[in-house]
Amino acid sequence: MHPIAEKYLRKSALPTIFCPGCGHGTVLNSFLRVVDDLGIIDNLSLVGGIGCSSWVPVFVNTDVIHTLHGRAIAAATGLKLANPQRTVMVFSGDGDCMGIGGNHFIHACRRNIDITVIMMDNHIYGMTGGQLAPTTPFQSKTQTSPYGNPEMPFDACKVAIAAGATYVARWTTAHPRELAKAIKEGIRHKGFSFIQAVSQCPTQAGRYIYGTGDPAEMVKMVKKSSVRLAWAGKMSPKELEGKMVVGTLYEEQGKPELSESLYAMMKGRKGQHEQNNH
Amino acid sequence: MNRIIIDEIYCKGCHICIDQCPKDVLAVSEKRSPKGYLIPYALRPEDCTGCMMCEMICPDMAITVEASKNEK
Repeated sequence: MHPIAEKYLRKSALPTIFCPGCGHGTVLNSFLRVVDDLGIIDNLSLVGGIGCSSWVPVFVNTDVIHTLHGRAIAAATGLKLANPQRTVMVFSGDGDCMGIGGNHFIHACRRNIDITVIMMDNHIYGMTGGQLAPTTPFQSKTQTSPYGNPEMPFDACKVAIAAGATYVARWTTAHPRELAKAIKEGIRHKGFSFIQAVSQCPTQAGRYIYGTGDPAEMVKMVKKSSVRLAWAGKMSPKELEGKMVVGTLYEEQGKPELSESLYAMMKGRKGQHEQNNH
Repeated sequence: MNRIIIDEIYCKGCHICIDQCPKDVLAVSEKRSPKGYLIPYALRPEDCTGCMMCEMICPDMAITVEASKNEK
């Protein structure tokens, strides 16, 4: 086992619950490298909801909350406001973040609270048996859409930018180095950081949506369908059809952050209150 | 020469590392691991450039690439 894993993982919870070749493990791998690099393990709180992806924090030997389905961001908001000094991170899946917890997600973006959300997007509800998720591609077959998906999928990054998130990046499990860099930037960024990590689910999405259960083949497909931001600017909209743009899609500095503005307001009110009492 | 160590307890035999290696250093072994997976092994460790792609992409953190000391 890798020395970093040896240092930060809970041995009693291993091996991971992930299927062989699941992309969530790669995200955990990249994340642990960032934790080791920044040395923030003592000041780190991780929050997960329900789903395969939300099991990622459970393996890390630090403070972890395993919350209700979709409520990971709500729990993280409370945690950050109670203790603004902590680094709070949310690990969520596409169903957990965009489907069930969609409302919590857009409101956390709007409030610009200083948490980092990593959404692992495998285009399907993997743990419960391969049902249609809000990110499932148009006309793809799943267990609950045997004749093809009639709905259009969400573009999570566009939703985050529109709702007011101040750091938005998208990478895939085929780019582990860049993903680790984005996670690092997201943790350092003051404000709401959203990182979409497109990952492969060979067991459910692979067999039913993409027609291959081979994880290595799926990583290749993910890599082939991604276009870097710098190259995407030179491509025509027709060439970009069916591709996803990867990179740091949006970054904004200087927007008021919720815990800071709230504590500043509380301080001001306290001073006023004491003056009134005298 | 870099040393590639693959943990046979944690490797689940997904073979992503074999596919992602730019120099085709890794190959599938014919012997099964204690858990029954056909895990990879370093077929041509002398070709390894130490790019760490296999180490970074491994979903179970089972691969460790040790850079050789005499080259650095």
